[in-house]
Amino acid sequence: MQPFEYVRADDTAVAIATVRDDPGAQFLAGGTTQVDLMLKDGVVTADRLVDITRLPLRGTDRDGDTLRVGALTTMEELAADATVRERLPLVREALLAGASTQLRNMATIGGNLLQRTRCRYFRDPAVAACNKRSPGSGCAAVSGAARMHAILGASERCIALHASDLCVPLVALDAVVRIEGVDGARAVPLTELYVAAGERPEAENVLAHGELITAVDVPLLPAAARSGYLKVRDRVSYEFALTSAAVALLLDDDRIVEARVALGGVGTVPWRAREAEQLLAGARPSTGAFRAAAEAAIRDPFTVPGTAFKVELAKRTLVRILQTVSGASS
Amino acid sequence: MSRASSEARGARTSPPRTSTDVSLHVNGNAESLRLDNRVTLLDALRDQLGLTGTKKGCDQGACGACTVLIDGRRVLSCLTLAAQCEGREVTTIEGVGVEGALHPVQEAFVRHDAFQCGYCTPGQVISAISLLEEGRATSDEEIREFMSGNLCRCGAYPNIVAAIREVADQQGA
Repeated sequence: MQPFEYVRADDTAVAIATVRDDPGAQFLAGGTTQVDLMLKDGVVTADRLVDITRLPLRGTDRDGDTLRVGALTTMEELAADATVRERLPLVREALLAGASTQLRNMATIGGNLLQRTRCRYFRDPAVAACNKRSPGSGCAAVSGAARMHAILGASERCIALHASDLCVPLVALDAVVRIEGVDGARAVPLTELYVAAGERPEAENVLAHGELITAVDVPLLPAAARSGYLKVRDRVSYEFALTSAAVALLLDDDRIVEARVALGGVGTVPWRAREAEQLLAGARPSTGAFRAAAEAAIRDPFTVPGTAFKVELAKRTLVRILQTVSGASS
Repeated sequence: MSRASSEARGARTSPPRTSTDVSLHVNGNAESLRLDNRVTLLDALRDQLGLTGTKKGCDQGACGACTVLIDGRRVLSCLTLAAQCEGREVTTIEGVGVEGALHPVQEAFVRHDAFQCGYCTPGQVISAISLLEEGRATSDEEIREFMSGNLCRCGAYPNIVAAIREVADQQGA
């Protein structure tokens, strides 16, 4: 691996300008993706790393019904946050279902949003065909041993999965990403931060070089809302999702007033299931209604032999969490 | 041309500095090192400071053998750049107990035979000490969940859980 320069930033604007002015520079936060991909896998290179971990972007701040989460807040810190415990239990569940305590003490919320795919073909520089790493080279995963791969937003050009647990409830909640660049600040809904694989798998998000996520605004659930996160995986802990679902329901007597639904383990981006939400709104909680919502959520999947099982598993995952959250099991 | 004017014209006119002076505080000792920026905390501990108690397992954030405490929190030293640890308090297995004066968690591991080959043990012990501090040892299920970042290829898990459970019970956790 190439030597690189290390810069310890103590000012956010300077850090942003440093990266913006140097095409070979990248931000370094918790390092659980960046150090792994640079030092260990050798699939990411940088001439200069700008360490942002000492910038004042850590901690949470409640403003009415929104929780502003500093981008450098760690996963463990956010899981322990009093407002998250009380008003965003599905966020807490998703955080604690991810990685291990050691990694959650390192990994930041901004970094979690920008984590790179776990696709083994992407992470192996000896594999030539990877449209994400080298545009136009093809996709080895499509004809290879796929399992931890996407079935929604996927195509023969790329089936790399966005593996975040945290992002699943965050897209369901309409979280907004606050971004700073040299030319100013902007806010982007998390659902619009990501670029679905489509024609250009190498383009993962709408951030320009040098733009930095400084915070994530998470709207709180109504106090009466019920919510939950269900993660299905190959081992009971410390494993990425095969499928997962985040659900929040507002119930009135025996009807669903409002539903928020998102899926993990299946999409090239964290997957908001709006059609499922529309079917659930106004419906009486029942397994039949949940199944119809699940069918709508997994529409037109792109599967390869290794991922075909996910179509049914994802539907059952969603039905199960809807049953648990609503209390309706028939 | 002076260094200052060279930098004023753009950093690329001077050779990039690929090493960094780092003050590490390890187990209460201050250590000054000049390290290549690629050096991880794990390699600095083992190769520069001779603290080989911290083990290199997968070296890729998957096994937990390299677990140390930074400012009291358990982290993976294999995915931490040493340069990022400037001024931080690092605690390794050498800092929690010594022969003849073991940490209660180490004593419990011995009593319960909570290892076979012992390679993962330093990471298990550091992680367990942290787990107890976090208050996450209230049941066997909770211990298993929050120790899941430490793999044991010998499969000593039942005895590891028993050892931690014993210390938790003694502490009234």
